[in-house]
Amino acid sequence: MYEIIAFYIFSALTIGMFTIVVLSKNALYAMSALAGGMIFISGFFFILGAEFLGVVQITVYSGAVMALYAFGMMFFDTTRDVKENIKNKKIAYTLSILSAILILAILCAPFFSGAIQANYPSLQNTGNIQMIGLVLFTKYLVPFELAAIMLLVAMIAGIVLASKKMDLEEEMSEECDVVKEVK
Amino acid sequence: MNETAVVIETIIKAVIVLSVTAGMGAFATWIERKVLAFMQRRLGPMHVGPYGVLQLAADGIKLFTKEDIIPQNVIKPIFILAPVIAATTAFTAMAAVPYFPEFTLFGYTITPIVSDINVALLYVMGVSSVGVYGPLLAGMSSANKWSLLGAARAVVQMLSFEVVSGLSVLAPIMMIGSLSLIDINDYQSGGVTNWLIWKQPLAFLLFAMAGFMETNRSPFDTIEFEAEVVSGYATEYSGMRWGLFFVGEYANMITISVLVSIVFMGGYNPIWFIPGALVMLFKVSFWVFLFLWVRAAWPHIRPDQLMWVCWKVLMPLAVINVVITGLALV
Repeated sequence: MYEIIAFYIFSALTIGMFTIVVLSKNALYAMSALAGGMIFISGFFFILGAEFLGVVQITVYSGAVMALYAFGMMFFDTTRDVKENIKNKKIAYTLSILSAILILAILCAPFFSGAIQANYPSLQNTGNIQMIGLVLFTKYLVPFELAAIMLLVAMIAGIVLASKKMDLEEEMSEECDVVKEVK
Repeated sequence: MNETAVVIETIIKAVIVLSVTAGMGAFATWIERKVLAFMQRRLGPMHVGPYGVLQLAADGIKLFTKEDIIPQNVIKPIFILAPVIAATTAFTAMAAVPYFPEFTLFGYTITPIVSDINVALLYVMGVSSVGVYGPLLAGMSSANKWSLLGAARAVVQMLSFEVVSGLSVLAPIMMIGSLSLIDINDYQSGGVTNWLIWKQPLAFLLFAMAGFMETNRSPFDTIEFEAEVVSGYATEYSGMRWGLFFVGEYANMITISVLVSIVFMGGYNPIWFIPGALVMLFKVSFWVFLFLWVRAAWPHIRPDQLMWVCWKVLMPLAVINVVITGLALV
């Protein structure tokens, strides 16, 4: 009974939050609602007994949305409304049709969900983390390693991009020193 | 019926935890002023009540009755929401923290933890990292350059120090093989020599430093440092809205103290003849005292120095610690 109440509360809150994200013209409202929505989604994981995923949802998305805030801070005056400039309406129409189809598919899901059988049913007497570890390092080992390599590549690229500018700064400061010595 | 009983028990526990920690937080402000005063050879608050104890009542009355100013250009809903986020996340994080060993009252066994989830450590750290949204939203909605600077610093520090605290606590988790704070506590039962601080001294130091950072305590309180950014994110706040930030800060301080005591310092296991609950109280008060002691003893550090320390010293050390622990375990 309480699970159903919690589910409906979290659903209403999540949908409300994401509606604000889409409809608001203020970057600060949109980002705050996004952060709130992401955190309310973690409620579903907790209701389903997947605590680990719930906590990861909170941790990962709060950090990710935090980075969004940083970009917002750099590029907008967040206390003013953003003027939306939609040049190509075809994209908007295509996307809305696609999302309508997606919603239809989601609403039809209960008709098929009864026939689905889990390939890797959850084990008894094992915690959340152990189960995720087992699946991650057996069935999904290759995607897992690929994701790790992708992240490594991104990290090295970031370091290379940043370190180029560091060299520049060092050279500039050396030049400044030379100029000072000449003076 | 059984489900209803659990819900009622949880609500009672939550109310007790909330009220006790809020009260302790308020009391901690008085302790802080007293400790700082004695360390600087002053007397601190002396006039209201014996040794100035009632000063906190006076402060409370002042905060509640002060005029609530909302400046003209702020984004009002977010401006109002920000201090509430700071306070609520600090208290929400406490839901998964066990404070004392379980005890029996009127023939009914009580576990002093609101919700025993098996990823408690991760949950507490995750939720208290959400707490940075308080300063961040406050700074961004205030329409004030100092506040914005404070918010920018909050983002940078949060994203950096979460890495350090996460990596440092990974090594003890690898040894124990569980994220549940109760398991972590039970792992260290059997005397002072079993404390994780002896096996993981580096992780302990790194985690404690990250804790100072995440609670915005000096020497790492760059997001509200008066000499650089006036009052940082809290510049435009007054009255109880400002007070809520501080309730959150002190609640965070208590949470970090409890967390360090459980993960590294043996938790609520009894030592010799001293019962576990007393041991825990003593450890937590020692940690709160340490927060104040450090504030009195160390100067602030600059934000760039903070980032330097975080990424070039603490983060590599944490990674090396994890690698060594892994090698030792294999």
